[in-house]
Amino acid sequence: MDNVTRRRFLTMSGVTAAGALAVGATQVSWSDLMTAAVRNPLQSEDSVLVVVTLYGGNDGLNTVVPAGDPAYQKARPELAYQSDEVLDLGDGLGLNPGLRGLKGFWDDKSLAIVRGVGYPDPDRSHFRSMAIWQTASPKTPVPTGWLGRWLDATGADPLHAVSVEPTLPPLLAGATTAAASLPVRGLKLPEGKLGTAFAALGKPSSGEEHWQAQAAKSLQDLQEAVRVLGGAVHDQAETEDEEDDEKTKGASAGGGSQLGAQLELVAGLVEAGVPTRAYSVSLGGFDTHADERGTQQRLLGELDGALAPFVQRMRKSDRGRQVVVLVYSEFGRRVHANGSDGTDHGTAGPLFVVGDKVKGGFFGEQPSLTDLDNGDLKATTDFRDVYGTVLRDVLGADAGQVLDGYDGQVEGLLKV
Amino acid sequence: MGEIAERAAVRRLHDRLGFGLGPGDAGAGYDATVGRLLAPYADTGAPPPALTPPAPVEKPAKGEKRDKEAKKAANKARVAQEAKITAWWLDRMVASGGAVGGPAGAATERMTWFWHGHFATSEQKVRSPQLMLAQNQTFRKFARGSFGDLAQALVVDAALIRWLDGNDNREGSPNENLAREFLELFTLGIGHYVETDVFEGARALTGWTIRRTSTQTRFVPGRHDSEPKTMLGKTGNFDAKGFVDLALAKPESAPFVIGRIWFRLVSATPPPAATMDRLVTAYGVRRDVGAVLKAITAEPAFRDSASALVKQPVEWVIGLMRALGIRPAKLDDKTRMKVIAGLRGMGQLPLRPPSVGGWPSGGSWLTTSAGVTRLQLALLLARNAELGQLQKSSARVDGVRALLGVDQWSARTRAALSGVSEPAQLVAVAACAPEYVVSG
Repeated sequence: MDNVTRRRFLTMSGVTAAGALAVGATQVSWSDLMTAAVRNPLQSEDSVLVVVTLYGGNDGLNTVVPAGDPAYQKARPELAYQSDEVLDLGDGLGLNPGLRGLKGFWDDKSLAIVRGVGYPDPDRSHFRSMAIWQTASPKTPVPTGWLGRWLDATGADPLHAVSVEPTLPPLLAGATTAAASLPVRGLKLPEGKLGTAFAALGKPSSGEEHWQAQAAKSLQDLQEAVRVLGGAVHDQAETEDEEDDEKTKGASAGGGSQLGAQLELVAGLVEAGVPTRAYSVSLGGFDTHADERGTQQRLLGELDGALAPFVQRMRKSDRGRQVVVLVYSEFGRRVHANGSDGTDHGTAGPLFVVGDKVKGGFFGEQPSLTDLDNGDLKATTDFRDVYGTVLRDVLGADAGQVLDGYDGQVEGLLKV
Repeated sequence: MGEIAERAAVRRLHDRLGFGLGPGDAGAGYDATVGRLLAPYADTGAPPPALTPPAPVEKPAKGEKRDKEAKKAANKARVAQEAKITAWWLDRMVASGGAVGGPAGAATERMTWFWHGHFATSEQKVRSPQLMLAQNQTFRKFARGSFGDLAQALVVDAALIRWLDGNDNREGSPNENLAREFLELFTLGIGHYVETDVFEGARALTGWTIRRTSTQTRFVPGRHDSEPKTMLGKTGNFDAKGFVDLALAKPESAPFVIGRIWFRLVSATPPPAATMDRLVTAYGVRRDVGAVLKAITAEPAFRDSASALVKQPVEWVIGLMRALGIRPAKLDDKTRMKVIAGLRGMGQLPLRPPSVGGWPSGGSWLTTSAGVTRLQLALLLARNAELGQLQKSSARVDGVRALLGVDQWSARTRAALSGVSEPAQLVAVAACAPEYVVSG
């Protein structure tokens, strides 16, 4: 592990990658993973953060639903849920019917819902707004992500954060360190002369141009990654031709799929004691400009169907009980529906924090549906308050150092 | 950094304005190569495959098994048609530099590929190979022509409208998706418009819709909001055409569009101000993309050694197939599907960009699992190629360099290659070498 922890892993393309042409179907080499974990295991008192990014701008009002509010019903008659359709949370709010598993966590007080989360002067571009959330810099663009800066500040060890997504998200890129990235599908390298020659391509060559040097570095990282993290951990069939009609409707804003497989991999890594403190996974498809209700409910169902078994599984081990999950999206949607039975890009939305270390319940004020900012919800909680809290209480870090001096917190969110 | 040698510069021209050196391309000088690559071009390439539109699927009654089967069959047919177009396009890209239309055809195909990444539309949501093919033909038609013509064609393009939810965009309840991305990603860039412009733009685009049975969009006047709108500093009774005209007339539009071309064809470092001024002049009021390409080749930065780019997976695989003399159309079905699967594994499948923002670039392609797939794909292609000339051990390492059109091997790569004797393995390793994965 030691030489690996000093190395910089580069990204691996994950969810749909590699398997298609992999030489045969290799099963996971869990023994390799265990070896890595034995050398420097996750301490049982170390908490672990799992960040779930929902790409496309999830409609917060139809996720944590103010079904009893006449202003809600009036604003989106075709899209609105009735009170008897949602899973009652109290305070006039209910969870989307797709979130049955999360409702169970609400009932046993391990789900916190932070309401009205956003940032000042909201930007309605997917790409800019996602950059703001991922860099935690709402005013000026910065080249590093908030967990990347945390990596930089805590010893620059790329194994401390792992992405299980198609590409490395900006939130995990620091100035000097990028997180390790592990594909859901596995890696297998050839042996013999071919393997030897391929490995030799990764050697540095003096005076090489920047990108060529990076290309060589990526091949070297590949050798290390296969050695330490093992081969395939998941070998499931391609599902491209079984695409769901509803699900693909909000697909134009990016993001991963197979969230269940991503979280299963994370669960395995946590249980194995891999010394990673932060994981990133994602689900795409939330850009629901048209036919929103069915699409979003299915996507939330997919989130729920992936997250609930993950949290349940994590409860069964000491290390697992240290896991805290954070679920967010780049913005919510407009309060009023558009003419396509969908909603356009909006502002604030609710954010979920789940786990045994979480103090369940509502945090933050529910944004008003009558006091709007040009048709949009006014944020009541700055997203950096949530980041600051998980940095402090989950990762044991100096939040102000990572968040450029910002020191807001959501007090009482986590049991410490 | 400094200017690269003439030979390397010619190779770079072929890399950036086409899909790499074809057999016999390396001999010409720089200026002659620019002339050949950017000559006028009449499309005589392989015609697109005929696609039979799948029978319309009735909305299934819930739970009924027969409908489920019909839906499955329709899905299967659609997937097969998508693969057919993808293979056809890959074949055109490979053939475009050779017998089909000469290097000028390569530049057209290269820009068709560029525009697909710019107006990034995915079959994942469009779910109509017919619409994707029609859009692809539009990209080809205007590939090196006027950006104004291209943008006007795209704003009412059926696949783009379906991708960005324009289909139900009507008076009284406009859908903002298309208007927003048109300003942010296609014509102006972030910071050069405000939220009202998006909203008013969406109103201007109302009324366009797609008939199920057609690849053509149509304008339904009754759905259009014909009241005056104020956007991008002007007030008037704007429609889709007016919306595009206003966006393109903004002084920020030319540098934005040119900057996107520069980013993919030259360097991730934006052009110096004086360079941008010259390119904007070339672009001119006609918004002439061909003239911009020509002007780019005259810029010192184009020949600077620092202007290296990581090849996108599609560019890498097309270049490799050209070097190896492999035509996708002539591969057996199974191998052709493996090529497509390999591209998916490397993270770049044509017709399937990850989002409307298009594909990533640079280091994003140098991922660990992509590295594994790249080797497998190179091996697959090498085993389908005639490599007799690489049998002789004395000239093997230099032979594979010449075959792939690499300027020179580093000592590292030379050493790595010298350990491999089997020709197909040699080619596969060489194709994964940093000197080939990157267009230096």
